[in-house]
Amino acid sequence: MRYNERELLSLARQPAEKAAEVLMRVPKKGSVLKKRLVKLVVNFLFYFRTDEAEPIGALLLEHCRITKEEENVFSISFIEEPERKYCFECDSEEQCQEWIEALKRASYEFMRRSLIFYRNEIQKMTGKDPLEQYGISEEARFQLGARRQ
Amino acid sequence: MKLNERSVAHYATCDSPTDHAGFLRKRVERHHHHAHHHHATSYQRRWFVLKGNLLFYFEERESREPVGLVVLEGCTVELCEAAEEFAFAIRFDDAGARAYVLVADGQAAMEAWVKALSRASFDYMRLVVRELEKQLEEACKSLAACRQSPRRSSSSSRKRHLSNPALLPLQEKPAVLENGYSTWGSGAASSAAGSLAPGLSPGMTESPVSPETACFSKLHGWYGQEIAVLRREWQERQKRGHP
Repeated sequence: MRYNERELLSLARQPAEKAAEVLMRVPKKGSVLKKRLVKLVVNFLFYFRTDEAEPIGALLLEHCRITKEEENVFSISFIEEPERKYCFECDSEEQCQEWIEALKRASYEFMRRSLIFYRNEIQKMTGKDPLEQYGISEEARFQLGARRQ
Repeated sequence: MKLNERSVAHYATCDSPTDHAGFLRKRVERHHHHAHHHHATSYQRRWFVLKGNLLFYFEERESREPVGLVVLEGCTVELCEAAEEFAFAIRFDDAGARAYVLVADGQAAMEAWVKALSRASFDYMRLVVRELEKQLEEACKSLAACRQSPRRSSSSSRKRHLSNPALLPLQEKPAVLENGYSTWGSGAASSAAGSLAPGLSPGMTESPVSPETACFSKLHGWYGQEIAVLRREWQERQKRGHP
């Protein structure tokens, strides 16, 4: 699958939602924990060798599951392959929890669900559709039924 | 740079919401290693699927895997002065980056695509969510002010049934307080970088509400003005290519 890597690299240089040095292990046989700089930008998690400007890789954070593992450790896995886990070891339990919370909210799909929820609540309370003012009330992404297609 | 391609491809074809889809002709970009004097521009017809800030394209509508992906961050979408009618381009802020030139079937299709792609960025969605979050808080407060009696939030018993275990339930379950307020967890969209949306003033909370439905119209009138300003500013930023 082709993709605009150049733009992705550019995105990796944008201000991060969250960034930290952690230990990371990829789901590959024989893989060990390695020190990495991880950076959350929109719905991508970039990971770098700590002394390099360009990321080794990126994880798109859609349809992923963030799981608390043992102490200080969380993992990211994807729906279609739940056993393949990217593991991250943080410096502290607190840092671990912060990352879990941030990553759970990082997907576009999460924002979409939030928006639909708020829209629905506002509509119920006020009788008005808050998206009408934007002229976007008809767009597919904002529909209540949008989840199931 | 590595990417979790298998998961990305899966996301492209699974049943998550599609924001827009359709056939487009995509201009083939050739690397000019040698000078080609007689070089015809060619286009390939592809099935395009927009999900969030990701634009996938497939060889055929029924293809099980995308052939490509365009990440729509840091780009602008503009009409194109190409030889083709109904052409538009996705251009990136990075000047050296190639543009994607796409051709729609007709005027309506082109306009629909340009509109959908212009609003595809993550930041746009985040701004809208934050705005609605605020509106809901304000609506709750004015409701509580309008009516003296406590009111139970209807959303407190909401359950979200998500068949997919990896799709996490909304964190924002309101906690109903005694005086009828509902508050939402501060988590939603609060952690993002960036300041308060321009145009929103704290003075919004000082609206004189009256115990009748007219107070909601007033509220929406005020918000309407703020939002019109916001919207214009967003559109300006979109034009300038602000991600």
